[in-house]
Amino acid sequence: MTTETRPADHEIRDLERVTIRFAGDSGDGMQLTGTQFTRTAAVFGNDISTLPDFPAEIRAPAGSLPGVSGFQISFSSSDIHTPGDAPDVLVAMNPAALKTNVGDLPAGGALIVNSDAFTPQNLNKAAYASNPLTDGSLKPYTVFEIPISTLNERSLDGLDMTSKQKDLTKNFFALGIMFWLYERSMDPTLAWIDDKFGKRPVVAEANKRALKAGYAFGETTEIFHTHYRVAPARLGPGTYRNITGNEATALGFLAASKLAGRQLFYGSYPITPASDILHQLSGYKNFGIKTFQAEDEIAAIGAAIGASYGGAMGLTASSGPGIALKSEALGLAVMVELPLVVVDVQRAGPSTGMPTKTEQADLLQVLFGRNSDSPVPVVAPATPAECFTMAIEAWRIALKYVTPVVYLSDAFLATGAEPWRIPELSELPEIGVENWTDRATFQPYDRDPETLARKWAVPGTPGLEHRVGGLEKADITGNVSYDPDNHHRMQLLRQEKVARIANDIPDLEVHGPPSGDLLVLGWGSTYGAIRSAVERLQADGRSVAHAHLRHLNPFPRNLGEVLTSFRRVLVPEVNLGQLLMLIRARYLVDAVGYDKVRGKPFRIAEIEEEALRLLGESARS
Amino acid sequence: MTATDNTNGANGHGLDAGPGGGAATALSPENAEMIKLTRKDFVSDQEVRWCPGCGDYSILAQTQKVMPDFGYPKENIVFISGIGCSGRLPYYMNTYGFHTIHGRAPTLATGLKAARPDLMVWVITGDGDALSIGGNHVLHSMRRNVDLKMIMFNNRIYGLTKGQASPTSEFGKRTKSTPVGTVDTPIVPLTIALAAEASFVARSVDTHTEHLQQTFNRAGFHKGSAFVEVLQNCNIFNDGAWRDFTDREVREDRMLVLEHGKPMIFGKDRDKGIRLRGLHPEVVTLGEDGVTEADLLVHDEQSEEPYLALMLSRMFWPDFPVPVGVLRAVPRPTHDQLIEDQLTAAVASGGEGDLEKALFSGETWTVE
Repeated sequence: MTTETRPADHEIRDLERVTIRFAGDSGDGMQLTGTQFTRTAAVFGNDISTLPDFPAEIRAPAGSLPGVSGFQISFSSSDIHTPGDAPDVLVAMNPAALKTNVGDLPAGGALIVNSDAFTPQNLNKAAYASNPLTDGSLKPYTVFEIPISTLNERSLDGLDMTSKQKDLTKNFFALGIMFWLYERSMDPTLAWIDDKFGKRPVVAEANKRALKAGYAFGETTEIFHTHYRVAPARLGPGTYRNITGNEATALGFLAASKLAGRQLFYGSYPITPASDILHQLSGYKNFGIKTFQAEDEIAAIGAAIGASYGGAMGLTASSGPGIALKSEALGLAVMVELPLVVVDVQRAGPSTGMPTKTEQADLLQVLFGRNSDSPVPVVAPATPAECFTMAIEAWRIALKYVTPVVYLSDAFLATGAEPWRIPELSELPEIGVENWTDRATFQPYDRDPETLARKWAVPGTPGLEHRVGGLEKADITGNVSYDPDNHHRMQLLRQEKVARIANDIPDLEVHGPPSGDLLVLGWGSTYGAIRSAVERLQADGRSVAHAHLRHLNPFPRNLGEVLTSFRRVLVPEVNLGQLLMLIRARYLVDAVGYDKVRGKPFRIAEIEEEALRLLGESARS
Repeated sequence: MTATDNTNGANGHGLDAGPGGGAATALSPENAEMIKLTRKDFVSDQEVRWCPGCGDYSILAQTQKVMPDFGYPKENIVFISGIGCSGRLPYYMNTYGFHTIHGRAPTLATGLKAARPDLMVWVITGDGDALSIGGNHVLHSMRRNVDLKMIMFNNRIYGLTKGQASPTSEFGKRTKSTPVGTVDTPIVPLTIALAAEASFVARSVDTHTEHLQQTFNRAGFHKGSAFVEVLQNCNIFNDGAWRDFTDREVREDRMLVLEHGKPMIFGKDRDKGIRLRGLHPEVVTLGEDGVTEADLLVHDEQSEEPYLALMLSRMFWPDFPVPVGVLRAVPRPTHDQLIEDQLTAAVASGGEGDLEKALFSGETWTVE
C-alpha cells in the first residue's frame, strides 16, 4: 500500500448477521485466518458460530482442488445457533478455492479473490478451461479482484525474507481487509502475533505489516464503497470466552476431576478429530492430570480401565475407527463395572472414511457394537459450549453408577466454536463416589439398592482383597460363575442399572408448544440447525416444536409422552436414521427421518424445507 | 509405620486430584520383616482348576511362596492376567486381582501403576497372550519400563483352546490347527523382551522350584519392567515340550545356570563352558585343547548394552545348553516415576492448578 492514496469516503451500514468463508490452499493459513477473525468477533461481543472445513491431507499439492481448506464464521448481533447456511462473503485465495466454494455463495454475494493467484498454471490445476475472472462466469456475484500477493509483498519491502516467505503472510493481508470491512480492531491479532512470533522478530514484523497493509488497503482504496458494522450480541450477563467443543470437553473433564476429588488419567492414541483433547489435557499436569499416549487404541482404554481399577478417573477418547478397536475392552468395563468415560468424536465413515469431516453415525456402534447385551449409558452434547457441562455429566453418571459411559461428540462440535458463558465454580454440580472400605459389609458385587451400583473397593484397601475380571460374576460375591440362572440375573441387573439412570436425568424439554403438528427431534450437533429452522417456522405461525436429546441411553423418562404429543415427528440426523430406528422400535411411533451424510452439518433451510414438506405444504419462496 | 498406614487410596479419599495423588510412598521391599506374612496369606479361597499335573501349579506355589519376601501388605499387591490357562492365576492369589482380556493385561497394568505407584503390580501371561495377540503391549510396556513384573508361562501351545500352534511352537510342529506342520518360524521371548528394552529379563523352569523362586524373588525386587519366561509343561496338549533339557537326569548337561560375575560353566562335572569365537558363542570343554576357565565368557547381567544378553537369549538346545537365570538387570527410571516427576515439575514451575483460572483463561469479555 502506498501512502499517496487518500482515504476514501465510505458508507457504514449496520447488519445483524454476517457469514464469511475464508478459502485457500491448505498451506495458506486459512484455519489461522478464520480463528483470528473468530477471536476478534468473540471478544467484540458478537455471538459467533464457526465451521472449519479442512482436508485430511496436511499439505495436498499446492493449488489443487483436494488441497482447499476453508473456515466459515458467522457472527451476529443476535443469538445464532449455526455457522450460517451460506456465506455472504467468500474470500478465495486461489482458483481451486474459488471453484470448490463459489457454488455455496448466493447470487449477489461478495467475492474477494486474490487475482495474483489466477495464473494459467493455477487455473489448470483447478481444471478451469477459462479464467473465471474474465469469462463472465462470476457475473452473479459482486467481485472484488485484489492483487493480494503483489500488494502484500510490496508492504514487506526491505524485510530480510525471501519472496516465498513473504508470500506466506498474505493471509494476514486478507484478514486485514476483512477487519476493515467489518470495523474490527486489529489489536487482538497484533498481540497474538507478538506472542506467537516474538522470538522471530522478522516474521512477527512481516505478519503485522501484512495485517496493517490489508486494513489500510480497505480504508484507502476505492473498491469498497461500504463497510459494515455488526453490533455486539445481547448475550445474557456473565463473563464469556470463545471455545471449541474439544476445548470445552477437556475443560469439563478437568472440572469433573476437581469436583470428584479424584485423579484424572487420560489414555489416548492420536486420531483426528479427537487429538486436541490429548493436547489440551497434557497441559494440565499441575492439576495432577496424568496423560498417556498409548501404543494403540486398545492400550489407551486398557490403561484407562487399569487407572479406574486403582481408583482414578480413567478416561479415553477416539473417533469411530478407534472406538471399534476399544469395544472389547469397553465390554470388559461393563462386566467389571468400573467408572470409565469413553469419548467418541465422531467423523465420517465407515472405515477411515473422511477423517476431518463430521458425521453422527456411531450412535448404534456405541450402543450395540459389543458382544452380547452390554449396556452402556450414552450422553451427547449439542453445542461446542455444552461440551463442558456434558463432560461433567458423563462423569457424574460414571461415578455414581460405577459404570463406563460413552460421550458422543463429533467433528463439527469438536472444531466449531461459539461464545461460552463461563460458569462460576458454585454453579457446578456435586459429583463423586466413596470407595468401599468396610470389611464387615463388603461383597464385590453387592449393590446399592437404589442405583444398583456395585460396591467399589480399590487396591490398597485392607481386608477387601478380591478378584474381578471378564468372566461372568456370581451375584453378590463376584466369584466366577457359570450358573445359568445367575447369568440371566446378572444380564438383567446390568441392564436395569443403566435403565435406572433415567430416574436421575432431566426430562426432555420441548422448545415450542407441548403438543401440535410437528416435533423435530434431534441429538448432538444438529441442535443449531434444527433450533433455527424450528424458530423460523414458529415465527411463521406453524405448530412446530424442537426437542433435543442429550441422553441417548437411557432416554429421558418423558420421551415417549413427548413423541406422542405431536401428529408428526421428524428426526434429522447426519447418519442414515439411527436415532430414528431406536425411537421407532422403542415407542412404536411413526417418526420420519431426514438424513444427509455429506460430511457437513445441516443447513437451516434444508430442515425447514423438510419440515414444511412434512407439514404438507410447499416450501416458502 | 505400619503396613496399612501407608496405603494411600485405600478409602478413596487418598486419591487426591493433586499431583502425586494416590501415590503413597511405596513400601520399600526392605520392610519385609516388618510385615510377617507367609505363603498361606496369599492363598485365596478359590478352588484351583488347572489340569492335574499342569506346570501352572508349581508356578502358583512359587509365586505364593515368594510374596512375603517383598514386604508389601497383600492389599497393596495386584495380579493382572490376560486370557489362557495362565489367566486364572489371579483368582488363586489372595491379593487384589484382575483377569482381563486377551493380550491386554500389560495395558491395564500400565494405567494402574501410573495412577497408583504405591502398588506392586504383577502381570501373568502366556506365550499366546503375550507374544501373539498382546505382542504390541509387551513391547511398549517394556520400553516404557513400567514397573511391573511379567511372568510369561511358555508351553509352546494354546492350551485353553485345546491345542493349536502358538508363536513359540517349533517350526513344522503338528497341532490341531497345523495338521501337516506349522509354517511359522517361532519367536524367542527373551530376544523380544531385550529388543523392547526390558530392564530385567530372566528365564526359569516350572519344575525347578528353587530356581523359579529365586528368579521370582529377583524380579519382584527389580524396579521397572521385569520379564520372566517360565518354561512350563502342558501335560495335556504339549507334554514334554522342554523335557529334552529340563529332565533331572540331563538338565545339568543341557542347561546353563547364569550367575552374575561368574564364568559360564555347566555340566554334571562342571567341565563345560561357553567361549566367544568371533561374534558367536561356542561350547568348549575345560582342559581340552588348553581351554581354561579364563577363556570362558563371564556373565554380566548389568552390562549397559544388551549384546551379551541377546546372545544368550539365542542359545538353545540342542546346539547349546539352555541359559536360565537373570540375563539382564539394569537400572532405568520407571514410567510411573517419570510421570510423577513431570507433575511435580509442572507444579514447581506453574503452581498448583487453579480450576477457576483455567476456566477463565484466554481472552474473555464480560456482559453486564
